[in-house]
Amino acid sequence: MSEVKYSKEHEWITLDGDVATIGITKHATEMLGDIVFAELPEKGSNVEKDGTAGVVESTKAASDVYTPVSGEVVDTNQTIVDDPSKINEDPEGSAWFFKLKMKDQSEMDSLMNKEEYDKFAKESSS
Amino acid sequence: METKKTSLYQLHQKNRAKFVEFAGYQMPIQYSDGIVEEHKFTRSHAGIFDVSHMGQLFIYGGDDLVEDLEKIFPLDLKNLEINHSKYSFLMNDEAGIYDDLIITKIEKGFLIILNAACKDNDFRIISELLNDKYQMDLDKKRSLIALQGPKSSEILNYIIEGVVDLNFMSGGMFKFQEQKIYVTRSGYTGEDGFEVSIVNELAENFTKELINKGAKLIGLGARDTLRLEAGLCLYGHELDKDKTPVEANLKWAISKERISQGNFIGSQIITKQLSDGVDKIRVGIKPEGRVIAREKTKIFNQSDAYIGEITSGTFGPSVNGPVAMGYVENEFSKKNTKVFLEVRGKKYPANICGLPFYKKSYVKGANK
Repeated sequence: MSEVKYSKEHEWITLDGDVATIGITKHATEMLGDIVFAELPEKGSNVEKDGTAGVVESTKAASDVYTPVSGEVVDTNQTIVDDPSKINEDPEGSAWFFKLKMKDQSEMDSLMNKEEYDKFAKESSS
Repeated sequence: METKKTSLYQLHQKNRAKFVEFAGYQMPIQYSDGIVEEHKFTRSHAGIFDVSHMGQLFIYGGDDLVEDLEKIFPLDLKNLEINHSKYSFLMNDEAGIYDDLIITKIEKGFLIILNAACKDNDFRIISELLNDKYQMDLDKKRSLIALQGPKSSEILNYIIEGVVDLNFMSGGMFKFQEQKIYVTRSGYTGEDGFEVSIVNELAENFTKELINKGAKLIGLGARDTLRLEAGLCLYGHELDKDKTPVEANLKWAISKERISQGNFIGSQIITKQLSDGVDKIRVGIKPEGRVIAREKTKIFNQSDAYIGEITSGTFGPSVNGPVAMGYVENEFSKKNTKVFLEVRGKKYPANICGLPFYKKSYVKGANK
């Protein structure tokens, strides 16, 4: 498993072979508040880097979920659709959103590492 | 214009409130527990709501005032007993709603609680309608604090002995630290509760006492989910100048006696709508799945024709699912009518339903 990378849209991503697992960061869940709805991309569909690949809603508002890399959706996490509060409980662990079979692994290069993301998150929320 | 702060602003800060600007005030949207927890706490214990941004309009006068106010409000004010409250509306000639409000008969006059965003305009309209004949005071020296939930009467009675004996929609003058406070048994969450009008200087101490007795501060976020589950209207969403009380399905709030007399602003339209019916009407809407249909979501019938729009929609923590209210064409307003809601380009099934989504537990009479 690769190191965890992060996007400016507050997604995290890990790579295992050519399959990427993607979710939203703890910082994102803290900004959103209680998540009460999640919609994920369809299995078998293709998503493009920086395109929308789902929706999360808090009691207050809806927010798009973006994919930081392109690929084919090979798996989605039904658990978070059935119980969206799991996203608040364990956003960077069991509450992953979807898995992609990546086309171009070089897309990972432009993403942030943990240290860079923590700095980015701190600056963007202040 | 600089945003205003209520007397509880510092207490909100200490309780780690997230603030939003609402009607020109810095108001807490939520505290550290979050909207869902705050909502559930209010339903199971007692929540404190700072509603000091709302207008407290005192109008003083005798029988003349009663008569003049009856020309404005569709209420039987002559028979309103002292310390009793009624829900009503300020309307234009077309019966469009300028504001919804609570009016209480007090000694020497009336107290009217107005929405924050409407209060200055309301004041202007009412002063004009009353030709400045009476002393009117949109009080800035008093805060308004609501305590809502099943534990509220127990908690408030520790601090203000006797409030437990108040009936729903009635009030009385009490004392807190030697100062007069006015307490009504009312609220806007679908729970038993109270609203306390108190001088600004004592508002923080009073609120701290409520917290010491086990109540918690609750933000506007949970206030919205609570009122929506209770099927209660929010001005600017369910109600505005282009909607009448009949369309808003609030005809219960209009005095039958006054309709037969017909001499209040908007009475012609109200009478006509009551006899001929209305084109659109407010309904409850329950989506079948988990998808949340928010304000401005378009509503379609089974033949895919547009029939209306959602005015408020969210996730209801006590219902544990999405809830919404909106206006639909009258012929599609019957309970259990299947409709479709267009969310992010897709149509999701939903059903017209009765209100409230969450059953109220208002007290009908005194507890003792």
